[in-house]
Amino acid sequence: MNDIILQLQDLHKKFDGTGVLNGVNLDIHRAEFITLLGSSGCGKTTTLRIIAGLEAPDQGRVILEGQDITDLEPNKRNVNTVFQNYALFPHMNVEDNVGYGLKIKKVPKAEIARRVGEMLKLVQLEEYGKRMPDQLSGGQRQRIAIARAVINEPRVLLLDEPLGALDLKLRRQMQLELKRLQKKLGITFIYITHDQEEAINMSDRIAVMNQGVLEQVGTPNEIYYRPRTSYVADFVGNANIFRKGAETFAIRTENVLLEGEGPCVHEAVVAEKSFAGGQLRILFTLSDGQKITASRFGIDADIQVGSRIKIGWLPEHAVPVIDDGQ
Amino acid sequence: MKRKGNWLLLAPIYLFTILFVALPILYMFLLSFLSRAEVWGVDFTFTLDNYKRILEPLYLNTFVESLKLAFLSTGLIVLIGYPYGYFMARMNAVWKKRMMLLLMIPFWTSALIRLYGWIIVFRSNGVLDKVLMGLHITDEPLKLLYTYPAVVVGMIYALLPFMILSVYSSAEKLDFTLVEAARDLGASSFRAFWTVSFKLTLPGLLSGVVLSFIPSMGLFFIADILGGNKIVLVGSMIQEQATKGRNLPFAAALAAVLMILTSLMIRLYRRITGAEQLEGLL
Repeated sequence: MNDIILQLQDLHKKFDGTGVLNGVNLDIHRAEFITLLGSSGCGKTTTLRIIAGLEAPDQGRVILEGQDITDLEPNKRNVNTVFQNYALFPHMNVEDNVGYGLKIKKVPKAEIARRVGEMLKLVQLEEYGKRMPDQLSGGQRQRIAIARAVINEPRVLLLDEPLGALDLKLRRQMQLELKRLQKKLGITFIYITHDQEEAINMSDRIAVMNQGVLEQVGTPNEIYYRPRTSYVADFVGNANIFRKGAETFAIRTENVLLEGEGPCVHEAVVAEKSFAGGQLRILFTLSDGQKITASRFGIDADIQVGSRIKIGWLPEHAVPVIDDGQ
Repeated sequence: MKRKGNWLLLAPIYLFTILFVALPILYMFLLSFLSRAEVWGVDFTFTLDNYKRILEPLYLNTFVESLKLAFLSTGLIVLIGYPYGYFMARMNAVWKKRMMLLLMIPFWTSALIRLYGWIIVFRSNGVLDKVLMGLHITDEPLKLLYTYPAVVVGMIYALLPFMILSVYSSAEKLDFTLVEAARDLGASSFRAFWTVSFKLTLPGLLSGVVLSFIPSMGLFFIADILGGNKIVLVGSMIQEQATKGRNLPFAAALAAVLMILTSLMIRLYRRITGAEQLEGLL
């Protein structure tokens, strides 16, 4: 697991004078599922395109299995991409799409047919070989795009928000399937998403990206419970950011205590109440103007908007973080 | 009730098509089986002579020569027009507009007048000669006017925009991610172009071929103005038979054959692309 397959060293990239990547460093392990997580414009797609060779970095290197591939053309790299909108060739049927990479590599026809068959079986679309892409549903296209990339046995598979266009139910199902597929194939997956739930569900490790740098890299647990910066705490866990003097803390909403539940020292006014996803969320305004949210399962009718109440948290639940102003 | 309403809305189009397209064509085919009257007009006796006459070497040769010229000019139009249309579609919005403007400006002047402009370019000691001699590339006038190359240039000039526009409209729709996907899957840039970009812009290219090949057999005024009397095309022949020759039935037969040839081309286009309409037209 500690075996490093891909290294990103100090990647910089500017578009029209604006820095999109400002020094990205990342070691990716063999057979791991790593997610680049960040909001749109954070540079995650650019990072992926640089690994694929579709974009050249202004500075920095990409090392695949010890070999510097920074200047190699995309077709000379042993990595494949699953594109955001699948990018299936509309003029080829499913078989020809999946077999495209092998045909380019001049693999004998009989072997292409056999491997395409196996691949379609793996993604459970054996009967769809003769269909054209526009005759497939979104979820089916998605699987074909994965099959088309995986059939080439890449060292690393890049997935650019592959589930973004699917509805929620299908997304959940595909998340599990992708994870299962990755374990089965043993290929390194570099996955891009802006959805923190998706990242936490699927990844061995998460790299949280913001404004062209990696804020924190770690297991979902570390990212969730030990955020390094206020950005990570807010983006991944929707945690409260509490500032006291020169110090900044991240406090998870479920750990905010209400009067009577434990040590409560902060005077607060209930500003807002909302109920969603089985959770009641109460927004408090502290006397110094800071906002703190508490969450509870179920509906608690006792607390009225506008009422004054004391809140607090256990010292171990206030995680010190670097304040990056988010 | 609703259907009736739709039909009524379409009625003017049907009426127009019947009156100005179907009936004239029918009339032309009918005419081609009649014979020429002694002095003027048409003699209403059925005959196949007009078609037999086309097989005479003099006329058959004109068809062959016209086809040759059409192939040559269409080939050159493809070579110039495809890259122009393809790269225009790849440009940013500002350059797209500029390139499109370059293409459109000539249409603000009548085609005939622009053709006379070529005479000034091609004639002995004309613009082209002066430039070439001025640069010491040639020592004496090339005498290009009233030659085959002049006619080819005229054809290319007149028909190139149709090729460019139909390639452009095809290439405009091409999703460049598909090319990236091909590269990602191991294709060289040439292979990616050939297997993806070219295949997906083929309908545009072929419709450009149809749109330039068909007129290049019939645009008699280009052959007349830039080729003198030396180059006779099917178009010129039809025009001559209908006017100076005063042989409407024979002209009709020639036109019928030309029409059958061109409709065969359109069928071929449909067979290859599976498209109902020509790309870039609608």
